[in-house]
Amino acid sequence: MAQSVAQPTTTPTAVPAKLPIGAIVPWAVFFGILMLVLLYFVGAEQGATTVMSGDNVHEWVHDARHLLGFPCH
Amino acid sequence: MNSATVRNLLVRGMLAGLAAGLLALVVAYFLGEPRVDAAIAYEEAHSHEHGVETVSRTMQSTAGLSTGVLVYGIAFGGIAALAYCFALGRIGRFGARASALLLAAAGLIAVYVVPFLKYPANPPSVGDPDTIGRRTALYFLMVLLSVLLAVATVILGRRLAPRLGNWNATLAAGAFFLLVVGLAYAFLPSFNEVPKTFPATLLWQFRLAALAIQVTLWTSFGLVFGLLAERELAPKPARATTAAQATPVAH
Repeated sequence: MAQSVAQPTTTPTAVPAKLPIGAIVPWAVFFGILMLVLLYFVGAEQGATTVMSGDNVHEWVHDARHLLGFPCH
Repeated sequence: MNSATVRNLLVRGMLAGLAAGLLALVVAYFLGEPRVDAAIAYEEAHSHEHGVETVSRTMQSTAGLSTGVLVYGIAFGGIAALAYCFALGRIGRFGARASALLLAAAGLIAVYVVPFLKYPANPPSVGDPDTIGRRTALYFLMVLLSVLLAVATVILGRRLAPRLGNWNATLAAGAFFLLVVGLAYAFLPSFNEVPKTFPATLLWQFRLAALAIQVTLWTSFGLVFGLLAERELAPKPARATTAAQATPVAH
């Protein structure tokens, strides 16, 4: 009985249901910040601004920084 | 239930970002590295002072490059997956895979292409070290501006759709995006710090390689993530549901 109802909803063109904003926000805030910190270390640390001393981070990701389009030095 | 969906999509986004990063790494190594080496050779022939190498060139062009590109892929994969959770079902009548590809295209344009056209990627020896602070600040400002503008454009397009129809609403929102980007290009300061004798061909090839890396990264992310997201969002079509329902019926 329920199978006949379930059939049409499984067509490939079905638009996925919206996810409630409230369910996304906690993940977006925590992981969004975490991802941005990762990007900061790849893209800018020990270039324009410095959190850690020395230039090892800068030198290690040097080529990636140039090729990914970040201003390097 | 919904929170679990967000978590699963986030994990899949980071995995798709890793896969896309691996492909981008291949492009970066074979198209980008020869140009970085050529630019460093130019730099060494023309600069007066030589800094002490703390990381060898071999490490920079292999392990260092891999770290940077893969972390970049994972990070943007995660961010794009979170944006996907918001966009899903809210950007029009698009399925799971089409939404992922559209989001990836928007990501490529907003995160990379728009800032790149104003502040393009520079090889070693292009760029004055004294202006690094300003160049970095303006580059990140341009990325932020462009991403916010892309979000505003989508919202504007959705608002206009009931009145203008989908086609005209998309055109109007696109025109708005181009207009504001044009204004930002016109009013933000530019930098021209290419040394006079730096080979123009090398600069062109380097920038083209940089663009190729991003096109590879975002396109493969869109395709891989779309596939994973579709499976996550419709994990129990025909086969799974009928199998699950068959058991209680038999009993």
